[in-house]
Amino acid sequence: MKKYSYFISALMVSALLLTSCGNQNGNGGSNSALASNNAEKVYVAPGEQDEFYAFMSGGYSGNITVYGLPSGRLFKEIPVFSQFPTSGYGYSEETKPMLNTSFGFVPWDDAHHPDISQTNGELDGRWIFINGNNTPRIARVSLSTFETEEIIELPNSAGNHSSSFITENTEYVVAGTRFSVPVPQRDMPINEYKGNFKGALSFISIAPDTGRLNLDFQMMMPGFNYDLSHPGRGKSHGWFFFTTYNTEEANSLMEVNSSQNDKDFIAAVNWKMIAEYVKNGGGTKMATEYAHNVYDEHTHSATSTMKKEVITVDPTKVPGAVFFLPTPKSPHGCDVDPSGQYIIGNGKLSADLTIHSFDKMIAAIEGKKFDGEAYGIPILKFEDVLAGTVKSGGLGPLHTEFDDKGNAYTTFFISSEVVKWKLGTWEVLDRQPTFYSVGHLMIPGGNSRKPFGKYVVAMNKITKDRYLPTGPEMEHSAQLYDISGDKMELIYDFPTHGEPHYAAGIPAELLAPKSKKIYRLDDNKHPFAVTSPDQAKVVREGKEVHVYMSTIRSHFTPDNIEGIKVGDKVYFHITNHEQDFDVPHGFAMIGQNTSELLIMPGQTKTSLWEPKKVGVWPFYCTDFCSALHQEMQGYVRVSPADSDVPLTYTLGE
Amino acid sequence: MKRASILMIIGPLFLLGLYFFPLWNIMLGAPQYPEPLGMDIYIDGIKGANEFDIQNIDGLNHYIGMRKLPKPEEMWEFGTFPIVIGIMVGLGVLIGILGFAGKISYKWFLGWFVLMSILGVMGMYDFNAWMVDYGTNLDPNAIMKLANPDGTPMSYKPPLFGHAKMLNFDVTSLPAAGAWAMFIGMCLTLAAFYIGWKKAPKSDTSLTKKYATQ
Repeated sequence: MKKYSYFISALMVSALLLTSCGNQNGNGGSNSALASNNAEKVYVAPGEQDEFYAFMSGGYSGNITVYGLPSGRLFKEIPVFSQFPTSGYGYSEETKPMLNTSFGFVPWDDAHHPDISQTNGELDGRWIFINGNNTPRIARVSLSTFETEEIIELPNSAGNHSSSFITENTEYVVAGTRFSVPVPQRDMPINEYKGNFKGALSFISIAPDTGRLNLDFQMMMPGFNYDLSHPGRGKSHGWFFFTTYNTEEANSLMEVNSSQNDKDFIAAVNWKMIAEYVKNGGGTKMATEYAHNVYDEHTHSATSTMKKEVITVDPTKVPGAVFFLPTPKSPHGCDVDPSGQYIIGNGKLSADLTIHSFDKMIAAIEGKKFDGEAYGIPILKFEDVLAGTVKSGGLGPLHTEFDDKGNAYTTFFISSEVVKWKLGTWEVLDRQPTFYSVGHLMIPGGNSRKPFGKYVVAMNKITKDRYLPTGPEMEHSAQLYDISGDKMELIYDFPTHGEPHYAAGIPAELLAPKSKKIYRLDDNKHPFAVTSPDQAKVVREGKEVHVYMSTIRSHFTPDNIEGIKVGDKVYFHITNHEQDFDVPHGFAMIGQNTSELLIMPGQTKTSLWEPKKVGVWPFYCTDFCSALHQEMQGYVRVSPADSDVPLTYTLGE
Repeated sequence: MKRASILMIIGPLFLLGLYFFPLWNIMLGAPQYPEPLGMDIYIDGIKGANEFDIQNIDGLNHYIGMRKLPKPEEMWEFGTFPIVIGIMVGLGVLIGILGFAGKISYKWFLGWFVLMSILGVMGMYDFNAWMVDYGTNLDPNAIMKLANPDGTPMSYKPPLFGHAKMLNFDVTSLPAAGAWAMFIGMCLTLAAFYIGWKKAPKSDTSLTKKYATQ
């Protein structure tokens, strides 16, 4: 019925705006002047480039996809938490350690919330961070190479969902647990959850020069579900806000049992105070185990280190650092406006938005106006911290982003719409339907102090009839709205890969000039690199054979290898000698129990082959690199295990 | 004569630009090279317009059997040109100073200009000869052996001056900053001669007239 009424109203609007009456489509007919104007807005002519990058999380793909706005064109998929045969990420010997965890090799995760590094609350485009929800991890991706450089696992955490959000000078990337769990993990009855489980909020410091991550401390909060979070900014810089649900601490049939309290909380955490406390020796060292995986751009290799200890902080030991702000109806999104004054909690089972005031919160804390406590953490009075309520008329508010004109945009999952409202007056200014059941939305810089309020992208959970059907499983739809005027205008609709939860956008001019074109061969510090073809060689060490191989258009050096035996472990260490933009070479060997490799100019990657059959087996370049790509191949002669064929390697003989 | 001599001192100094700026520039653009490859030809060697352009030009040239671009030690010119230019600058400045001191006549200015022009033309001739050799003396086992419509083997000599289409590449060859500095410097010496001639005592002028009327 809802859709029908939009159809009618859109028809009436078109009839009013245009004298044309041939409009058969409620979403703007293809013949109308309005639609052709919108087409111009999203049309990026061949050879021209987009105005913004949009980094969308892949959800269950485990990766990040990079799109252009306004065109909606897909530029790249950046492998983060998932093995990616396209490039060999997670398959090559160099990148396997990236996916190591305290549970062993985990080849996948559920990637949710990307966030771009900031300086003074403004996007600086150095790195993008993203969380793995399932096996709790945080990744850091370089925005000059667009490669994952670091992954840190989070102990004591489960369902790493209120993550990965950046403080305004990139001091910390913060990650909260959605599922509370026993800390430390132990064998105990599930129904003893209440009062015994803990919710860990992890504060991971970021080295300003290298971006290197370090799990500084974990706050052991009551056993609620910590759903989403955002940092304070400007005046509220130094605080972090987390929405909670399941303050009932139910452990079964959660959809009912954790929806009973009329209000849950937003947890306000003064992280500066706690960081200071930890710096001065506060907190408890706890034995644990988590992996810290670092990829080095110069050795082109990752190393995985297992850490054994974490500092935990009991929030009741740091008085004045943590408070609960009552917030109605299982709040989901937790968003802070560009000024840092307003903290918006979207009660997902409600029709209204609750906006808390940072100034009022500070006044209430100073006046010690508490309304009891939960596990020793003071609860502020709802009325004392409330700045206002947006009576939206929608249903199921989830997430809010901001423009640079004092407006906020909130998604409504149940009523499938984006609602624009005014900060301070809480007046609803406009609403537009989404298709369908929108989750997050994104305005470039829309969760920073400096939003670029030109477009909003709505990321939907349900696609149905938006595109040509592709069987039961379809990509998720996204809608692009022009928000430069008073009213939002739906201008484009495009499918997105995986399930984008959140996204982060940034003006292209901040990133494009820094994007690397090649890796310098003379910077290559890979231990098995060959920097000139005359260094190419094959070395046997018992049953292990190391092939030091180089590639350039259009041959491998060497390309004929003999003396390999069944049962050997053959490592092909391949260095791409090109120093030209966009000239990768690939490598694939017949019958290999792994993926191909795609090796960028100046890079070295290693592929393991364990030959099982006697014969002469070809390998080839998988990337159409040149006019003679089809000639870019070689042979390996595999002899029986007891053979005495000498080890030889040649090119052009 | 003082003004002319000062110009004669300054003019040759412009040639010092050749030590810092390329003499000539050849750019190669193609559909898959929207940012063209380029080489800057200095008096002491060839450098890429961008860092890896030489390697990439060589990489492309190997398909059609062209030799690799020469390193400074592989061509005598790159050792000799800087010396010749150095001598010419020193000579020019010396002539200017002697002119300023009134020791020699303005005609020496023209003499320097003519000598420099001869050397320049010889340099261009040599450069062109190298390009002919480089573009036509191809590896008989080249990957791609292309023929002109008349059946003769295709050659790849870049233009000495201006634009040419070579296979998928648009090749543009033009003087670069060093050549322009040299051009300006030589013009200044010519101007020095002209001013010296105009300001010269009448006897000299009548002498010229006398020669002219004979």
